[in-house]
Amino acid sequence: MSHSAPLINMPDGTIAAITKALGKNLVSIEEANGEVAVHIYRDSLVECMIQLRDECAYQQLMEIAGVDWPDRDPRFEVVYCLLSLTKNHRIRVHLATNEDHPVPSVTGIWPVAGWLEREVFDMYGVLFSGNSDLRRILTDYGFSGHPQRKDFPLSGYVELRYSEEEKRVKYEPVQLAQDFRNFDFLSPWEGADYVLPGDEKTGEGAGKGATQRMTAKEVKKDQVKPSSPPPPPTPKTTDTAAQTGAGKAANKEAVKRTVRKPKATGDKA
Amino acid sequence: MSMQQDLAPTTGDEVIQNYTINFGPQHPAAHGVLRLVMELDGEIVERLDPHIGLLHRGTEKLIEYKTYLQALPYFDRLDYASPMAMEHSYVLAVEKLLDLEVPIRAQYLRVLFAELTRIKNHTLNIAHHIIDVGAMTPPLWLYEIREDCMAFYERASGARMHAAWFRPGGVHQDVPLKLLTDIAEWLDDRMPRLFEDAMSLVVDNRIFKQRNVDIAIVSKEEAIKWGFSGPMIRGAGIPWDIRKSQPYDVYAKMDFDIPVGTRGDCYDRFMVRVEEVRQSVRIMKQCLQQMPEGPVCSDDRKVSPPKRAEMKQSMEALIHHFKLYTEGFKVPAGSVYVATESPKGEFGVYLVSDGSNKPYRCKIRPTAFSHLQAMDFMSRGHMLADTTAILGALDIVFGECDR
Repeated sequence: MSHSAPLINMPDGTIAAITKALGKNLVSIEEANGEVAVHIYRDSLVECMIQLRDECAYQQLMEIAGVDWPDRDPRFEVVYCLLSLTKNHRIRVHLATNEDHPVPSVTGIWPVAGWLEREVFDMYGVLFSGNSDLRRILTDYGFSGHPQRKDFPLSGYVELRYSEEEKRVKYEPVQLAQDFRNFDFLSPWEGADYVLPGDEKTGEGAGKGATQRMTAKEVKKDQVKPSSPPPPPTPKTTDTAAQTGAGKAANKEAVKRTVRKPKATGDKA
Repeated sequence: MSMQQDLAPTTGDEVIQNYTINFGPQHPAAHGVLRLVMELDGEIVERLDPHIGLLHRGTEKLIEYKTYLQALPYFDRLDYASPMAMEHSYVLAVEKLLDLEVPIRAQYLRVLFAELTRIKNHTLNIAHHIIDVGAMTPPLWLYEIREDCMAFYERASGARMHAAWFRPGGVHQDVPLKLLTDIAEWLDDRMPRLFEDAMSLVVDNRIFKQRNVDIAIVSKEEAIKWGFSGPMIRGAGIPWDIRKSQPYDVYAKMDFDIPVGTRGDCYDRFMVRVEEVRQSVRIMKQCLQQMPEGPVCSDDRKVSPPKRAEMKQSMEALIHHFKLYTEGFKVPAGSVYVATESPKGEFGVYLVSDGSNKPYRCKIRPTAFSHLQAMDFMSRGHMLADTTAILGALDIVFGECDR
């Protein structure tokens, strides 16, 4: 291990102990980057957490983080970061949910979860059943939407200003003088999954005369024909004047006429 | 403080109803933009509901749209009372995902400035705690120390507050030798003189003790349940410090003590911070003694940019520089939770990478979230005037709390 991040030594048999304590509620357990990640079923959360706290001695809940994976089903991941003060070890507990299925609240085990769950609800719209105070926490009073979702725009939908005429704060749709510049640095040949600008016409609805996009296989077939052997190279010789590429001689009369007199340039200085 | 009475004021011998007052969001003792909705019975706090989020700037969302290096300066703006401590968690998280080795001098420099940051943060908090309970002179003296710290910040990074000096792979630039000797002189003479002078006015002061001793006692069990960390958990009597138990950078080589409280009240939390300042001085002196010469940033050119002089000569260096400041570096897919001992407690970064040059998710674990949440049970049954002492001992900065 060469990085200098906080040194966490895993006590021997941690993974086996967690596997035993969680039993059938465990989906998978993995160790990556020196950290243990435990994946469990959503409905067994409270039971698992009590087991982890009481049998595996993870006394403190430090953090609940939400992650949005729009391609996955269910879409949201909720991550609980636990700390053992006695074993000096950290684990993460992951579970998956979507916006319809509430996650059981752990406020009964750790009261600190109250605000942490409120934040995940505010940012992602994940519901927590059993949290008696599931209000928004970081966003504005009367805010709508869940800003940390990947489909929520960075600029948001409304902006506010103080209106001198109406003597109050007004909410208006966002108007940006300049668009947010989101550069794309992924190289097209490193697996970008979008159409390059200018290549839009090559799709199915291509107009008449538009060049058709070729796949790498087709390009190869088109240029190299493996069935017929390539013709033997012709030796390059210049036997006649025509082969030099010089062309016909110019009309001599035409050359004479085009001789120009120097143009008078204004008055004498 | 605006006062709203729920019912008409009672007269004669009738029972006085509870009433609700609104503390903040524009109040000098609110340490920023905190709104507390308090239900009072006379002068006794019955219920307290903190409303936060008035400084929410969507830092985590913004970070998802920036490269790893561009995301770094956002961390200075979280806890603006201790900027480099915020950077520390983030750079360690990125380095952990990259599995990147940091040169030993850079590790010493980071620890040196992390401890300077701790002094900077604690002098601010101690000063504000004192001013919240009514004293005026010690804060002025403590601000002298804070001013010195910011001057050192400026000489190292060019900025007094938002340094952006810690980088994945090390630190941005080496410090001049004169800065290190000046810090050493400051630690020997000016810093302890100013600090002990200021502390001599308050630690045994009768009024200060009356305002703090036995206020908001937190037991060990409560501290664990409510997710306390840093001086708050040590004030409750649990000797837990990430610098000791899960050492990062060169903290493993440092010799320092962890102060703990005995009663778990506001005075203990205050005294833990006072002692931590002294321990930080110790750590800084050891850093200065042990710090070797050498590079201050990783020589992995895929992560840290080359020196400017090198770019004048080498084409590869020029290309690396260009690629790093446009595309940035790519971080292998995976996720880590890295927490360091910031002056306020455990400051964590849960970083999820999808293998691209931008963080897929960067969840910031603020220290203030769990501490401020506990303020409800800590304030119950105390007088209205005690809430400022409790809030002062929590050490809340809203840049970090609201993100």
